[in-house]
Amino acid sequence: MSFLDSVQAELAKYSLVVAFAFVGFTILVAYQISDRLTRGRIHGSAIAILLGLLMAYAAGIMTGGSKGVADFAILSGVGLMGGAMLRDFAIVATAFGVRLEEFRATGLSGVASLFTGIFVSFAVGATVAYAFGYRDAVSMTTIGGGAATYIVGPVTGDAIGATTDVKALSVAIGLIKAILVMTLTPFVAPWIRLDNPRTALIFGGLMGTTSGVAGGLAATDPKLVPYGAMTATFYTGLGCLLGPSVIFLLIKWMLGNGV
Amino acid sequence: MVIYGIAILSSCLLVGLFLGQALGRLAGMEANVGGVGIAMLLLIVVCDRLESAKRLQASSKQGIMFWSSIYIPIVVAMAASQDVANAVGGGVVAITAGVLVVVACFALVPLVDRFGRNAIPRDEASTVESESILSEGDDA
Repeated sequence: MSFLDSVQAELAKYSLVVAFAFVGFTILVAYQISDRLTRGRIHGSAIAILLGLLMAYAAGIMTGGSKGVADFAILSGVGLMGGAMLRDFAIVATAFGVRLEEFRATGLSGVASLFTGIFVSFAVGATVAYAFGYRDAVSMTTIGGGAATYIVGPVTGDAIGATTDVKALSVAIGLIKAILVMTLTPFVAPWIRLDNPRTALIFGGLMGTTSGVAGGLAATDPKLVPYGAMTATFYTGLGCLLGPSVIFLLIKWMLGNGV
Repeated sequence: MVIYGIAILSSCLLVGLFLGQALGRLAGMEANVGGVGIAMLLLIVVCDRLESAKRLQASSKQGIMFWSSIYIPIVVAMAASQDVANAVGGGVVAITAGVLVVVACFALVPLVDRFGRNAIPRDEASTVESESILSEGDDA
């Protein structure tokens, strides 16, 4: 084994430590770009998330894998650091210091936003599917599920027997949604008054993609994270429940009656 | 001690995940329904209780606050490990559907916000209700 190989093997063993350094450096670069090139107009964390996505894209092209930069052995720790386990752990921690009253006052709108978000996502996804020639209820519902989140899509597809390529398409749609929410939220926030706990809670319920909401709110205002994350974490479960049942039957009925 | 804070945080997440899984099972599926959300509520209630009983030490709080403050770096790591190449490779259908659904949901935020504000009297009524439910739950 050459020296370089042995260094690489050693770094792979300490993958999480490498990830801390890697992410820290990425954030440093992002904040420098934010300060010097945009004079702080675009927030450092928004740029850091964008850099992360760009590197994940490049890595995906280079390795052909599905885990972004984590497909490089040395950077496998980035996958652990950004995986569901630590992400959810940190999301829960953001709730520390939040007052319960702030959730109670918005309870009803939170529930309304969840149902609206799920039905609208399925409707948009299924309509686009129809427009592109996927005209059977199974494919339309599965693609609609992808427009909800990249988990709802394949779970719905499995339950109602969609083909592999339709399920893959639904995952791709969910990923596009997550990426757009992560990157666009800080820019759209002023227009939709996303600057208080109430709208953040509604935003989380409408968008539903936990990764998108987590990233988008972090880049907009970290104080809003617990509110959006709270509703978003109910979305995928509810979507997996409604998709293969109520929504599938509804789409089947609409097709059958030529609505 | 710092580890107490981290352990409180862990316990809340584990209990939340358990309840979320049970909720999913009740609805007849293998998905976790709101486990993380339940965990967040638990953390808020538990810390509030400990705080008012003055049993939450400053060092324990640090254990929780560390994870809260490391949140953005974790999100950056999450972004860097997304399957972006696959998403872009999904082609026109994926991009059209993705863009339209995001635009629609952004546009709905102010609408749902307004809908809720009109129903404020009902909101207050439900607040009172949930309060009584919560105190019953605490006694159990």
